[in-house]
Amino acid sequence: MTTADGTPLKVSLARAQRRLKFRAFYLVLPLFAFILITFFVPVFDMLFRSVENQIVPQILEKTAPLLLEWDDRDGELPPEEVFAAAKADFEKGYAEKTILKVGRRMNYEEPGFSSLFRKTARRAKNFEPPYKEAFIERDDEWGEVDTWRYLKRESGAFTISYYLAALDMSYGPSGEIGVKSDKRAIYINLFQRTLMLSLLITVLCFLLAYPISYLLATVSTKTSNLLLILVLLPFWTSLLVRTSAWIALLQQEGVINDLLVGIGLISDDGRLAMIHNATGTVIAMTHILLPFMVLPLYSVMKTIPPTYMRAAKNLGATPTKAFIRVYFPNTISGIGAGGILVFIISIGYYITPALVGGVDGTLISNFIAYHISQSLNWGLAAALGVILLGLVLVLYYFYDKVVGIDNMKLG
Amino acid sequence: MSEPDASFVRFSEVQKSYDGETLVVKNLNLDIARGEFVTMLGPSGSGKTTCLMMLAGFETATHGEIYLDGQGINNVAPHKRNIGMVFQNYALFPHMTVAENLAFPLEVRKQPKSEIDERVSKALDMVRLTGFGNRRPAQLSGGQQQRVALARALVFEPKLVLLDEPLGALDKNLREEMQYELKHIHEELGLTMVFVTHDQSEALTMSDRIAVFDDGVIQQIDSPDVLYEEPKNAFVAYFIGENNRFTGVVKELSDTECSIEIDGTDGTVVKGIPINVNGVGSKTTLSLRPERVYINPREGVTPNVLDAKVLELIYLGDHIRTRVSVAGNDEFIVKIPNSHEHSRLARGDTVKVGWASEDCRALDA
Repeated sequence: MTTADGTPLKVSLARAQRRLKFRAFYLVLPLFAFILITFFVPVFDMLFRSVENQIVPQILEKTAPLLLEWDDRDGELPPEEVFAAAKADFEKGYAEKTILKVGRRMNYEEPGFSSLFRKTARRAKNFEPPYKEAFIERDDEWGEVDTWRYLKRESGAFTISYYLAALDMSYGPSGEIGVKSDKRAIYINLFQRTLMLSLLITVLCFLLAYPISYLLATVSTKTSNLLLILVLLPFWTSLLVRTSAWIALLQQEGVINDLLVGIGLISDDGRLAMIHNATGTVIAMTHILLPFMVLPLYSVMKTIPPTYMRAAKNLGATPTKAFIRVYFPNTISGIGAGGILVFIISIGYYITPALVGGVDGTLISNFIAYHISQSLNWGLAAALGVILLGLVLVLYYFYDKVVGIDNMKLG
Repeated sequence: MSEPDASFVRFSEVQKSYDGETLVVKNLNLDIARGEFVTMLGPSGSGKTTCLMMLAGFETATHGEIYLDGQGINNVAPHKRNIGMVFQNYALFPHMTVAENLAFPLEVRKQPKSEIDERVSKALDMVRLTGFGNRRPAQLSGGQQQRVALARALVFEPKLVLLDEPLGALDKNLREEMQYELKHIHEELGLTMVFVTHDQSEALTMSDRIAVFDDGVIQQIDSPDVLYEEPKNAFVAYFIGENNRFTGVVKELSDTECSIEIDGTDGTVVKGIPINVNGVGSKTTLSLRPERVYINPREGVTPNVLDAKVLELIYLGDHIRTRVSVAGNDEFIVKIPNSHEHSRLARGDTVKVGWASEDCRALDA
C-alpha cells in the first residue's frame, strides 16, 4: 500500500505518529529514569554481588594469578614462588590494612582463616627465604595443601560459593560440593518455612477477605464506603504501631491471655504462647496484608452484575449452586490477583516477623537483613535475595500457566 | 380447567412498596391467558419492571397474591418457579461457552447428559446459532447474545417466559428483526410471554395485549389496535403513537358528541366524541392523531375546519411531517402522505386543516 504521492503507507503512518510517540516518551521519561536508578540498578548490582569475588584477587594481587596456574591435583604444596608472592602480598596488605578483609572473606569458606591471616600478616615483613618454611613455621596450616586449595578456588574473579552457602552446601577441602550437616543447615529450612507461612497467610487472608468483599460489593454505596474505610484503616496507621498492638494483645501477660485466664479457660501456668513464634507472625501478617486481598476481590466483585445470580436462580439453580457455578468462577481473577499480591509481599516481608517472629517465626528476609547489617556478608545476602527472586519468578510462571496473568484484575 | 387458561397468570390486588411510604405498584389486578403475549409498557419508574420481578420472584409483593397456573407463588423461591427469563443485558455467564450456558438450566435439573446435548443443539438450531456452541458470549455480537439468552430461557421448557427490555441494547434494524423472530417463536411454541418495554413501537408490533403502566397503575389494557385508536385517557393517547393535543372546556355534551372551547383562543369551538369527560363546564384534553388530519379539506367533509400556518416541513420519504400552528398550538403535527395528489406546501403558507369529530377524542384533563 502507498499513499497518494507514492510513499509507502507504513512509512507515512510511522512519520505521522512519531511526534505523538516522542511526546508520550517524554512524559514517562522521569518515571523511567527513576525506576532505572532505584530499581534496575540495585537489582543488577545485587545479582552481581552474589557472584563477584573481588577481594581475594585484588588484595592478593601477586599470589592469586600464580595460584590459578598451580596444579593441586598431585597433593603437593605450591612452589616457592607462590610463597614469595604471598609474602609480598601479606606485607603490602598489612601496611595498607587490607589483608584482614581477605581473612574475613576466606572465613566464610572455612572457619579459622581469619585468625590465620591475622597471625601471619603481623610477622610477614620479617619472613626470610625460603618463604615456604617461614610460612609453615608461623602456622602449620600453611603446610596443609587444603589451605592453598581453598585460596586457589577463591582466586578467580567470580565464585558460586555464596549460592552454595545459601543452599546449605559447601565445598569440601578438595573442591567437591557437599551438603551441610542438618545441624549447620539453615537456609533450605528457612526458605521452606517462608513459603509455607506465606501460603498459610495467603489462604487465611482469602478466607477472611472473601465474605467481607462480598458484603462490600453487595451493600449500598453509602454503607460500602463506610466499610471500605474500616478495611483501609490499618493502612493509615503506622506498621510499627499495629505490630506493637499485636504484641500487647498476644504476649504472655497480654490482653488475650489475661482474658482467657480471667474467664477460666486456661490456667495461669498454661498461658498460651502466641507471640515471638510462627503463630504471632501469621496473625500479625494476616492482619496487615488483609487489605491487599480485599481490594482486588472487591473491585472484581463490584463488576459482577447482580443479574448473574438472578439469572442462575431463575434457571433453576439453588442459591448455593448459583454461587458455586456462577458467582465464584467470576471472582477467580480477583482471587488470583489478591493471592499473588499477598503471597509475594509476605514472602519478602521483614519488619513484622522481625518484631513478633521470635526464633521459629522469622522469615528469609530477616536473614538477608542480618547478613547485610550485622554479619556484613553481602555476597550471601545477595545470593539469598536472588534465590528468593528466582522463586517468585518460578511461582509467577506457574501461576501464569495455571490461571493466566491476563485473567488477573488488580482494580 | 378452562378457568386457569384465561387467567394463567393472575395478579390479585398486588401492591409493592420499597420504602414503606410510597407505593410503586398500586393495587394491580391483571389476568394473562395461557399462550398470550402480553406487554407491560410504560415510562421508567411506572412499576412495570417491578411487576415482572415479582413474577420472577426477585421481589416480594407487599400485599396481594400472584398466581401461576392456579397456584399462589408468593412463597415459592425463584429457582422453583420454572419461569424462563431474558434479562435486560442478557446476563449470559461469561465464564461458560454458549453451549454450557444453555446446558446450565438442564444440568441443575439433573437431566441425563445425552438429553442435555440434544436439547442444547435443538435450542441452538431454533435461534439459528448452530455451530456457535463452543464460543464464549463475549465473542458474539449483540444480536447473537440476545438469541442465546432467549434460547437459554426456553431450553428448559418453562411454563412462562419473561422478557425484561431484551431488545433495548440492539441497533434499530436488528431490533426489528428480533421483534419478528420473537413473535414467530411465540407463535410456534405457543408459550405465554410477558414482555416489558418502554418502546411503544416494540409493544405494538409484538403483543396480543398491551398493559400501559403509569404511576404504578395500569392505565389501559387492550390489543394494540384498540389501544392506538381508542385510548381511554390522555396518558395513553400521549404515550402510544403520536398525538396532537388541545386543552379546553366542555361547552355542549351529548352521548355521542361534544363541543369544546379551546383554551387560549377567543372562542374557537371544535367537535369531538366524549370518552372521559365529567360534564359541561369541565376541563378536558382533546387527542387527535396526526394522520387523521386533512389539509384543505373539501367543503362539508369535516365538521371541524380551522386556519393553520405552516411552520416546518420535514421530508420523511413515505410522508411529509408538517408542523403547523393551529388555535394557538405551535406543535400541531400533520402527516401528509407522499402520494401523487398530496398538497404541496411551503413554509409560511396559510392553509385550512380539518378532521372528523370521531377522530377527536375528548379525554380527562
